[in-house]
Amino acid sequence: MISIDRKKCVGCGKCIDICPGNLLELKNENVCAFCRDVRDCWGCCACVKICPVNAICYQLSADLGGAGAKLFAHDSKTKLIWEIIKLDGEKIFLEVDKRQANKF
Amino acid sequence: MKKFFTSDVLIIGGGTAGLFAAIRLSELNPQIKILIVDKADIRRSGCLAAGVNALNAYIGKNHTPEDYVNYAITDAHGIASRKLLHTMAQRLNHVTKVVERLGLVIETDSEGNYVERGWRNVKINGENIKPILADAVKRLPNVKIFNHVNITDFFRDGDKIIGAYGFSTREKIFYGFTVKATLIATGGASGIYLPNHAGGSRHQIWYPPFNTGAGYAMGIRAGAEMTTLEMRFVALRCKDTIAPTGTLAQGVGAAQINSRGELYQKNYGNTTSERVFAVTSENLAGRAPCYLKTVGISAEQEKFLYDAYLNMSPAQTLRWIETNQTPRNFNVEICGTEPYIIGGHTAAGYWVDENRRTTLQNLYAAGDVAGGCPQKYVTGAFAEAEIVAEKISETLNEIKMPAQIDFDASEFEKFFENDSAFTIEELEVAMQTTMDEYAGGLTQNYRFNERQLNLAAKNIERRVENLSENLHAADMYDLLKIYELRERLTVAKVLIEHLKARRETRWAGFAQNLDYPNRDEAFNLFINSITTDGKTKIIFRELGR
Repeated sequence: MISIDRKKCVGCGKCIDICPGNLLELKNENVCAFCRDVRDCWGCCACVKICPVNAICYQLSADLGGAGAKLFAHDSKTKLIWEIIKLDGEKIFLEVDKRQANKF
Repeated sequence: MKKFFTSDVLIIGGGTAGLFAAIRLSELNPQIKILIVDKADIRRSGCLAAGVNALNAYIGKNHTPEDYVNYAITDAHGIASRKLLHTMAQRLNHVTKVVERLGLVIETDSEGNYVERGWRNVKINGENIKPILADAVKRLPNVKIFNHVNITDFFRDGDKIIGAYGFSTREKIFYGFTVKATLIATGGASGIYLPNHAGGSRHQIWYPPFNTGAGYAMGIRAGAEMTTLEMRFVALRCKDTIAPTGTLAQGVGAAQINSRGELYQKNYGNTTSERVFAVTSENLAGRAPCYLKTVGISAEQEKFLYDAYLNMSPAQTLRWIETNQTPRNFNVEICGTEPYIIGGHTAAGYWVDENRRTTLQNLYAAGDVAGGCPQKYVTGAFAEAEIVAEKISETLNEIKMPAQIDFDASEFEKFFENDSAFTIEELEVAMQTTMDEYAGGLTQNYRFNERQLNLAAKNIERRVENLSENLHAADMYDLLKIYELRERLTVAKVLIEHLKARRETRWAGFAQNLDYPNRDEAFNLFINSITTDGKTKIIFRELGR
């Protein structure tokens, strides 16, 4: 499921356009994105990648083994950097070079 | 408000097949005017929204298209069309080159040959495969894209399809598209059965929860002949995240083991359905849970796995890291999924000819909605899209432009006026529970008998379908959800008839008919159907050569 940091959200609407499930909408007089129902999130992370201010993260629900860690993405032309922030504050970065194929 | 558009070609669904068809058609004749309509945004719609980490249909060195055809027929336990598979397999390597030219990164060796993951797979970086295709389409001046428009039904003129209509997912605008030729490319169906998780993680499934069988439902309602819906697809997946397992099996050679540490797969065979049957059987024999044995892989292999999953199913990488149960130190638990209807993996879908023409005039099908041609994956969908594009380009001049069609928007409007005792969600759960319990869902280990199927049919009609007419929509998103439910119901009803008609057990991992627990050679045939006024008639067709 995703969660949106309302303090960071700038209401640009990019996530609303990109969500394959039409799950996001702008509320509060179009200044902030809301998810209609996080239970309906597929976890594709399209919104996580497109958010220009990293206001959206993906989290594993408790029934999937999640404990509150947050997954963010920093997208650019050549790299996709994934950032995991664990509950204790530890940050883990995973960099995927878009110009390289996956080894597996 | 109603809006009307006319054009040469309508492509319903801007996914793998739909976008590729637009690209090929424009290349063949840039004068052809094309409309692409998608219920989301073509940059991330459909099953490849998160990406894909390999191209799994490719003819490797020292192999021929015929090898691929034979592999697919064996994997389908005989129920597939050799002729359809052949036309697809011939094009797999060509379309791979095309998508590489469009910008997909494919690994090559020092001599420029693709690096193979197995003889049928090539290694790629496919996280951005949808944006790559979408960008290519956006550059085409003859193509007009309608994002966030949900198509609900075809326009018909006798046996001819002359367009389609639907509604905006955002504003009260209803759209009608009148065209010469239509390609249906809306993907398969998830969510007909109870999914792996309840409640909060109900959409943590493998196939997209937003692929709701719209294309099948539209075809069924219009009287198109459908094939092999009873060949449901159950995927073997990583427990919890329902992420793919092929990357573990092929990437690091992880074998299946049960909780006693025993290797068991050799007892069951190695087709896709047999691999699922192996897990179900081990679980029922008291040897659950089952795992893919990853313990002992190297740190480098583990890093490669993290990258591979981030490119298609990021939840799995997060789970490994967050729980500290990394694949080097913990085997990966596996499970079967809810049954999906998906012609890219099985043979379920529209009955089509070599040119992917459906039985309705001027209507073509490609990708997961097209039947008879399993093991398509991404490149197979591209191949079918090419075939369609070439046929449309060749025949478009012979088709007279139909007069613009009007439609009655009160069909949609009434849901805003309705007063319902039930929510959309309640009826969705009622449908999924019925299908799960009586039509061989996950909790029943994919088993059913004929009496249960009859109960499923009754419950679907009485408990869900009749009530769905009265559902209330507060906004356009609700209307979308109502139509998605109705699509699934339409497919579920015909699916039950197909399950009843195949009086044997052909793919034990996907479906076990307990009245007929063995394979019966008398059912070496296609089970097809045509639905007229809600009544489904079963047709048996020969497999052909």
